[in-house]
Amino acid sequence: MSETPVPGGPLLRMESVRKTFGDSVVLRDVDLEVAPHTVTTLIGASGSGKSTLLRCANLLEEVDDGAIWLDGEEITDPVTDQDAVRRRIGVVFQAYNLFPHMTVLENITLAPRRVHGVGRAEAEAHARELLERLGLGARAGEYPDRLSGGQQQRAAIVRALAVRPRLLLLDEITAALDPELVGEVLDVVRDVKADGMTMVLATHEMGFAREVSDQVCFLEDGVILERGTPEQVFGDPRQERTRRFLGRIVEAGRL
Amino acid sequence: MTATSGRRAEDGPEGETAAEGAPGGGVLEAEVSEEGAPERDPAGGATPGRNEVYVPSRRRIERERHRRGRARRSTAVAALSTLVTAVVLYLVVVDAPGWPRTKETFFDASYAREAFPKVLDGLWLNLRLFAVCGVVVLLLGTLVAVARTLKGPVYWPVRALATAYTDFFRGLPLIICLSIVVFGVPALQLQGVTTDPVLLGGAGLVLTYSAYVAEVVRAGIESVHPSQRAAARSLGLTARQTLRHVVLPQAVRRQVPPLLNDMVSLQKDTSLVSIGGAVEAMRSADVIVGRSLNYTAYIVAALLFVALTVPMTRFTDWVTARTDRHRGQGGIV
Ligand SMILES: Nc1ncnc2c1ncn2[C@@H]1O[C@H](COP(=O)(O)OP(=O)(O)OP(=O)(O)O)[C@@H](O)[C@H]1O
Ligand SMILES: [Mg+2]
Repeated sequence: MSETPVPGGPLLRMESVRKTFGDSVVLRDVDLEVAPHTVTTLIGASGSGKSTLLRCANLLEEVDDGAIWLDGEEITDPVTDQDAVRRRIGVVFQAYNLFPHMTVLENITLAPRRVHGVGRAEAEAHARELLERLGLGARAGEYPDRLSGGQQQRAAIVRALAVRPRLLLLDEITAALDPELVGEVLDVVRDVKADGMTMVLATHEMGFAREVSDQVCFLEDGVILERGTPEQVFGDPRQERTRRFLGRIVEAGRL
Repeated sequence: MTATSGRRAEDGPEGETAAEGAPGGGVLEAEVSEEGAPERDPAGGATPGRNEVYVPSRRRIERERHRRGRARRSTAVAALSTLVTAVVLYLVVVDAPGWPRTKETFFDASYAREAFPKVLDGLWLNLRLFAVCGVVVLLLGTLVAVARTLKGPVYWPVRALATAYTDFFRGLPLIICLSIVVFGVPALQLQGVTTDPVLLGGAGLVLTYSAYVAEVVRAGIESVHPSQRAAARSLGLTARQTLRHVVLPQAVRRQVPPLLNDMVSLQKDTSLVSIGGAVEAMRSADVIVGRSLNYTAYIVAALLFVALTVPMTRFTDWVTARTDRHRGQGGIV
C-alpha cells in the first residue's frame, strides 16, 4: 500500500466500458465505482460477464471502449505501464491458476521476490504468516496438485495477498467449497477487509454476497442493471429482472 | 458384514454392533449417525479415528493373495517365454549355413581385444562432443522455440527466421548437413574459420538437432494453459519474467522424455562426424577393419555405443517416473 489514494475519490472507477468477443457483446456499457476499503460484489447469471469485468479491471483483457481509473489514474490509457498497474491489483481466479511446478510457498513468494525485489527470507516469512492465518501452515511445501480444492483456493488467496495489493479481485472464490469452508473463506474476506483492503468479487453465493458486501451489483445483458446495498438489492430489488434472477436463486435453494 | 468391512475397528464399539448388522452400505450411515457430522480437519486431510486398531478384512487379504498369485504366474510365464525365445534365436543363428564364417569375421576374440582400447579411446571424443553439443543444442533449441512463440508484429522477422530455420534443418538429412558443413566450409577458405572436422562436425550436429529440440520445446510452450500466463501477469510479472519463471519451466518439464530421447539420438549420431576424418569410436573401428579385413571392431564399437545409451534411456525412464510422482499424479490409470 505504497500509493496515497486520491482523497475521497473511488479506488476503482469504470465508465462506459464495452467488451466484445467477436460478435458477442459481453459488456455493453458498464459503469462502476468502488470506494476504498469496501467490498463490491458482482452477481448475475452464468455467462453474464462477471469474470470478464474483473479481467478488464486487471488489464488482462483490453476493453473495446470506455475507460477505467485506478486511484485516479486512467489505466486504459495506452501509455500506462500495464505491469505496474497489475502490480497494484491482486487477483484470485475462478480456477485458482496456481503454478503446478512450484510449491505453495514458491507460488506465493514468486511475485514478491521477482517483481517487488523482496528478499527471500522476508518473502517466505510473510508468506508463512499469511498461510498460518488461513489455516494452511502445514502445507507450505506441498505442490498444488496435492491440495484439495478448498486448500488450493486459500493458497491462491494468499498468493494474491502476498504482494500487498491496493485492490483485490476475487472470482468465485467459494465455488469449489462446502458450506463450512465457505464460512471460513468469508471470515478471511472479512479479515482482509478489516485490514483496509478494497475488494471486488464475483459470486453465485448470495448468502456470501449478503454477508460481506457494502455494494452489490447485478450484471445482466452487458450492463449493471441494479446496484445498491445488500439489504436493498436482496430485500427490495427495484428491477423486475433482478427480482426474477433472485427468485430463481431462491428456488435453487442458494439464498 | 464383519468380513466385508475392512475399516477401523474402534475401541469401545458399543454403537457399532447395530450398524454392523445392517445390510450392505451401512458403513457410511453408521459413521454419520455415530459422530453426528463427519469429522473434518480444517487444514485438510481426513482425520482417522483416534485410537484406531486397523484389522484388515478378509476381503482385503483375499484380494492381496489373488494379486500375489497373479504376479507369480506372470513372472513364470515371462521367464519361460524368454528362455524359449533365446533358445530359438540361438538355434536359428548357429544353424545358419554362413555362421562359422560370420563368427570368424565378426566375433573374433583376438581382434576384439586389439580393437577395444582403441575404440574406447575414440569413444572419449564422442562423449566430449556429445556433452558440448548437448548443452549448446538445448540452449539454441530453446532460444529458437521462444523466438517462434513471440507475439506481435514487431517480432515478425524473428518468427519468420526461426520458422525457416526449423523447417529447413528438420527436413535436411543429418548426413547431408554434415557433409556440407564439414567439406563445404573448408572449401570456402574463409579467413579465421576453422577447418577442424571435429568442430565443424559438432556445428553440423548442433544445426540439425537444435531444430528438433526447438520443435519439442515449442510444443511444450504451447501446451502450457493460457490461464497460467494470465495468473503470472496478474501478479505483475513482465512478459519475460512470465516466460522465464512460469511458462518455460513447465514446458521443459513436460517435455523431458522427448528431449532426453533427442539426447540419446544425438549421443549416437556423434559417430557421424567420422565422415570428416575425426578419429572417434567409429573411425577407430574403421581403421582396424580396413587393415585387418575383420569386422569385429565394428561389433565392439556397436556394443560400446549401446552400453553408453542404455544408462541414458534408463535415466529418461527414471526422470519421467519421478516427475509423475512429484506432481502427485499417478493412481491406477
Ligand atoms: N476469451 C474469450 N473468448 C470468447 N468469448 C469469451 C471469452 N471469455 C469469455 N467469453 C464469453 O463471454 C461471456 C461472459 O463470460 P464470463 O466468464 O465473464 O461469465 P461469468 O459471468 O463469469 O460466468 P460464470 O458465472 O459462469 O463464471 C460468455 O458468454 C463467454 O462465453
Ligand atoms: Mg466467471
